[in-house]
Formats: sequence, C-alpha cells, structure tokens
Amino acid sequence: MNAPARDMRGSAAGPVLSARDLHTWFELRQWGFLRVGSVRAVDGVNFDLQAGESVAFVGESGCGKSSLARTLLGLHQPTRGEVVFEGRPLGMLNSAERKAYLARVGFVQQDPYGALPPFMDVRRILHEPLIVHGVRNRAEREQRAQEALEEVRLSPAADFLSKFPHMLSGGQQQRVVIARALILRPKLIIADEPVSMLDASVRVEILQLLRSIQREHGLTLAFITHDLSTVRHFAERIFVMYAGRIVEQAEVNELLNHPQHPYTQALLAAISDPDPDNARHQREVPPGEPPSLLKPPDGCRFHPRCNRMIAGTCDRQDPPDFEPRTGHMTACWLYR
Amino acid sequence: MAGEPLLRVEDLRLHYRSGSGVVRALDGVSLDVRRNEALVVLGESGCGKSTLAKALMRLLPRNVQHFSGRVLVDGVETMGYPEERFRREVRWVRLSMVMQAAMNALNPVIRVGEQVAEPLRVHRGWSARRARARTAEVFGMVGISADFLQRYPFELSGGMRQRAVLAMALVTEPDLVIMDEPTSALDVLTQASIMNALKRIKQELGTSFILITHDVSTSSEIAERVALMYAGQLVEFSDARDFFRDPAHPYSKLLMASVPRLHQEETPVHIPGQPPNLLDPPGGCRFAERCPSRFDRCDRDPETFRIGERRTVRCWLHAQESGT
Ligand SMILES: Nc1ncnc2c1ncn2[C@@H]1O[C@H](COP(=O)(O)OP(=O)(O)OP(=O)(O)O)[C@@H](O)[C@H]1O
Ligand SMILES: Nc1ncnc2c1ncn2[C@@H]1O[C@H](COP(=O)(O)OP(=O)(O)OP(=O)(O)O)[C@@H](O)[C@H]1O
Ligand code: SF4
Ligand SMILES: [Mg+2]
Ligand SMILES: [Mg+2]
Repeated sequence: MNAPARDMRGSAAGPVLSARDLHTWFELRQWGFLRVGSVRAVDGVNFDLQAGESVAFVGESGCGKSSLARTLLGLHQPTRGEVVFEGRPLGMLNSAERKAYLARVGFVQQDPYGALPPFMDVRRILHEPLIVHGVRNRAEREQRAQEALEEVRLSPAADFLSKFPHMLSGGQQQRVVIARALILRPKLIIADEPVSMLDASVRVEILQLLRSIQREHGLTLAFITHDLSTVRHFAERIFVMYAGRIVEQAEVNELLNHPQHPYTQALLAAISDPDPDNARHQREVPPGEPPSLLKPPDGCRFHPRCNRMIAGTCDRQDPPDFEPRTGHMTACWLYR
Repeated sequence: MAGEPLLRVEDLRLHYRSGSGVVRALDGVSLDVRRNEALVVLGESGCGKSTLAKALMRLLPRNVQHFSGRVLVDGVETMGYPEERFRREVRWVRLSMVMQAAMNALNPVIRVGEQVAEPLRVHRGWSARRARARTAEVFGMVGISADFLQRYPFELSGGMRQRAVLAMALVTEPDLVIMDEPTSALDVLTQASIMNALKRIKQELGTSFILITHDVSTSSEIAERVALMYAGQLVEFSDARDFFRDPAHPYSKLLMASVPRLHQEETPVHIPGQPPNLLDPPGGCRFAERCPSRFDRCDRDPETFRIGERRTVRCWLHAQESGT
C-alpha cells in the first residue's frame, strides 16, 4: 500500500474543499467545570476552493484563522456544519479514510520554531510521515526525502538530512516544514501564517517557493495570513475574516482596488507603503478592538467600530452576503 | 548647523563573549539624534539592533567582552560616568526604553497601573497618589482608558499591553525614548493606531524617538532619519526622504526592493544569501558577499563617506562623490 491516497480520488469537476455553514466553538470552563460560555472561533463560514487555485484568508489576530485551518484538517470537530473534501463530508469518513485524507492535505503550521521536533534530524522528520502512511521501503523513503528537500531548494539535500532543527536558520527550518508538508504528495496545502516569524527578506522567498510548487504540481493552496501587502503576489482570491466570519471575498486585484466592507477598507487604509510622507499625518483607524468571541455583538460584528453603521439594522440583524460587484461578495448592510 | 544634538554616539562597540568566541554584535556605530526627532534603526534579524539599544541604555548582560565608544547627551560625554551616576542622571531620566517583547514581560500578578507608575515611585520617590494621577494622564496619551490602571496584564489584549509598556517608558518624561520592535507582533490596525499615538506624543511633548525595527513600511510612519545596520555596523545614515526615495548603499537599495507594497504589481525581490557570522566577520566590506556591485576595493573595510550635508554611506562606491 504505497499510495493509499489514491483510494480517495473523487470527481475532478467540483470544488476540492468546501466549508458549509462551518462553526467551531470552544467551550470555556472556569476551574475545569463551571461552564462560562463558548468561544465562537469559527462562526458560520462558507466557501468553495477549486482545484489548482491559491487563496488567502486574511484577518487580525484571534479572528479564528487557525481554528478554521485546524477544522479543515479535521483536527477540530465542527460544532455545526461540515467540511467537504472532493464531495465527501469529513464527518462521514471512517478512520482509514480519515488517515487517507490527512495524507492528501499538507499542513504548514504557524510558528516554524515550534513545528519541528528538536530531537529529530531532518531525515527522521521527513521519513516519519512516510512510515505512518505505509511507505515501508527505506530506500524509497530516502529518495522521496531528498526530492522534497530539493523541491524546497535545500540542496545539496544530503547535507541537510543529518541536521537537527537548531542547526538551521529560521528560513531553512520553514523550508523543512514545507518539505514535510509536501512529502506525501498532497493535493491541497493549508499554510497557517507560514512566514510571519521570518525576516521580511526571507518571507518573500518562502512565499514564492510555495507559490511555484503550487503551480508546478497544480495543487490547491490555502494560506492564512494577516499581511495584506503580500497577498497579491501569492493568491488569486482573498477571504477577509472578522470575528469568526468571512466578511468579504473577491479576486485579489478586485478586492485590493475596490474593497467594499468597511472593515476591509479600514485594513487597507492602515497599511503603509514605505513613503516618507506617512510621517506627516495621522492614519485613519477604526476605534476599539475586535470583539470578544465569547459574546460577539448582535447584528454585524463590526458595527461597534464602523463609521457607516446603519442604526436599527446593523446593530440588530446579521448581514447576509451581498454581491455589490460581479463575483465580489460582502456581508454588509450597505449593499442591501 | 544648529547646536549639539540631543544624543551623539561615536564609534560605539559592544562585543559578547560566547562559547565559540567573541560576537562582534555592535562594531563601531556612530549616529546622532536631534531634539524632537524620530530616528529609525533598520536591519535584518541578528544585525545588532537590540545590542545598540542595550548599549545606549547601558543595560549590559554579564558576558560583555568589550564595550567602548562615546555617548554624548546634550554634548556631555557619559561613557565615563560610573553606573550610579548614569542611573541617577541618564537612564530612565533622560533616556528611556521599551524593550523588545516587553509587553510579554509585564509582571502577571501586579496591576498594570502600578507597574507603569513604578519608575516614578522608585526613581522619583513620588507618592502613590501623585504617581497614579500622572500614570492616568500618560495612559490617555497612549490610548488606554484610565479604567485599565486597575487591571492585570492577562486582562489586556496584546495591543493594550504594548501601549502600557510604552506608557511606562514615557511616564518620567524622558527626552528620548528608544523602542525596540514596539509593533512587530501586532495587527495592522493596532500598529497604525500606536504609530498615530507616537506621532501625537512627539508633536505635543517634543520627545525624541529611536525606533528599532525590521519593518521598513511601518517605520516610515514616523521616520525623519534612517540608520540602516548590517552585521553590527551602520551602512547608511540618511534623511528618511532620501533613504526611502533614493537609497544609496547597495544593501539599502536591495532592502527597499524587497519590501512588499500594497499598490505595486511587481513582486518584491528577496536578497540572496545570508548575513555573515558575527563571531568571525569577514575582513573588508561585510556586505561584499551579497553585493551586486562588488569590486576589487571591497576587500578592504570601506570608510564611511559623507555625501552632501545629511547623508553618510559606508561603501567604496561613494568614495568619489564624497571627494575623498
Ligand atoms: N483549543 C482552543 N480552546 C479554546 N479556545 C480556543 C482554542 N483555540 C483557539 N481558541 C480561541 O479561539 C479564538 C480564535 O483563535 P485562533 O487561534 O483561531 O485565531 P487566529 O486568527 O489564528 O489568531 P492569530 O492570528 O493570533 O494566530 C481565540 O479567541 C482563541 O483564544
Ligand atoms: N547576550 C548575548 N550573548 C552572546 N551573543 C549575543 C547576546 N545577545 C545577542 N547576541 C548575538 O549578537 C548578535 C546581535 O543580536 P541582537 O539581539 O542585537 O540582534 P537584533 O538586530 O536585535 O535581532 P532581532 O531583529 O532578531 O531582534 C546576534 O548574533 C546575537 O545572536
Ligand atoms: S453591516 Fe453596517 S456596521 Fe457592519 S460594516 Fe456594514 S455598515 Fe458597518
Ligand atoms: Mg493563528
Ligand atoms: Mg532585537
């Protein structure tokens, strides 16, 4: 059983991955038993990812990006709704199918420094997933480990195989994490802030690397970030998240040039390009901070900070998705 | 030229002892900061930015192998001051600092207001009441409501904790505040709002700032002058306008080309290679190995050349222009 992944190949036509009314809530308890409430980390998320596309989920710290990623990977059980991979809901997979699913989805997790076990050398780090997924032949594993390292431009691969994580720079460690995500030849890669811990100059390099691998193999790439200034170079579509929800989605240039949701507009207005005139004036920033996910505000979750809030509507009713421009969706009452 | 700058640093060096040898983390840095000016210190991870901050504040770790240079405050040389005098007259009095990751170093069991007021109580001997009133005032300046004085650090968001440590650096009304990566861990909106507060404080109180960061874009929110470090040394020191619009040093040019811009189609270009090891930095120009303009002269350590009135560049390419 060298390639259990093949068992699960679904129809090529439909989306690769979908979220349907996805909710992931974490129960919060005090002293281990007293139920305080639920953290609604993912709170009603819907999307379809097509084969071979690269998308970015963008949002501020704590808006639920990692929780969403982990739910998509099947690491959190959704509280409500479902994740559908190639037409099949994850909840309906038996344990063998689940394992096969994980072999087809590569995960690059947030924080490369914690991602690699310090006591394993790169060889073991790369052999491990192959062993778990039934590649018994050592020579084959070694071959694939070398290929994966070359794919992430760590060459000569032989030099890196015997290194331990602490002997590698942050950028090199992150390449190893990516190599590990690629080694089972996944169809989909979920990368959770793959570069936020790295130096700016290395960031671009790693993002380009991911993008070129994605193109070369026709993978679907979902990457999570809080950095809007780089997305245009690495994603075709953007989903903007706020407080557990997707508030806007569009093709990347459309979204950057014509942001519709007041939150997206505020985010874009807050980003600086390196211009000496920036120092001359104050930037416009919405007041306050993102809401608690324990008790999110009624109506639109952005309404307490929004300067265009429609009293009586925005503070009472949840905005559904509107389509103010073709293919450009936003959950905001302004576009009703 | 108007008088003495607030801070003038000449040939500052700080080397660490380590298991494998001497780390030349800060290796001959000269710069100055004027009154009510914001200087930005840029550079890649490990180039010695935090070491510069520690050297200026003279907050030295135990394993210092070498510490030398001149640090003049209002024209008065302070390197010769014994620790006691430096503490009484300079540190937290004239110069204060927000350390890298300070927001995570707040004491979890002491209320935020008390921690921020501490410099007033300890260094000034103020009464609790007077210190609290001043703290509330500074909280207002950095954008935290006075209700937060009574809270514990875990009850504050990252952005609020960062504002609190900023308040701590401002509470004694220093002339110069050094901030080491104050917004790097924060979201864009929080970053923008803290930069707004800094601009306002600078304008209203006339404070000078040294902002240390690797984030070129955010630094432009306050920068009036820019010092770019590479491998323990300053490679360029310019007016912000010149630096951002027309960088001079080959490293400055590559750095500016590597910055992603929201409204730019071209993909940013990363800088190939890695900075040298500070344990045994190469002779000659430390950037030579990665420099696209390298020529034979670069095997010798470049001088720092002055170009015009307001710019210095440590690169042989500029020997001609400066008329040396
Ligand atoms: N296992 C968990 N148990 C309880 N609460 C959780 C758990 N994981 C996440 N949360 C909470 O869910 C919310 C969303 O967290 P999440 O990590 O998904 O955000 P994020 O968008 O990835 O943030 P960041 O940008 O900081 O990584 C936060 O309030 C967080 O504290
Ligand atoms: N106490 C110390 N002992 C020995 N070496 C040190 C010590 N502190 C820093 N170094 C080394 O000195 C060099 C400069 O470190 P420094 O912390 O000043 O860099 P930095 O520019 O602030 O980096 P970053 O952007 O990652 O914060 C690095 O090589 C670092 O490993
Ligand atoms: S729905 Fe209302 S409150 Fe929400 S973003 Fe739109 S205008 Fe603002
Ligand atoms: Mg996360
Ligand atoms: Mg530092």
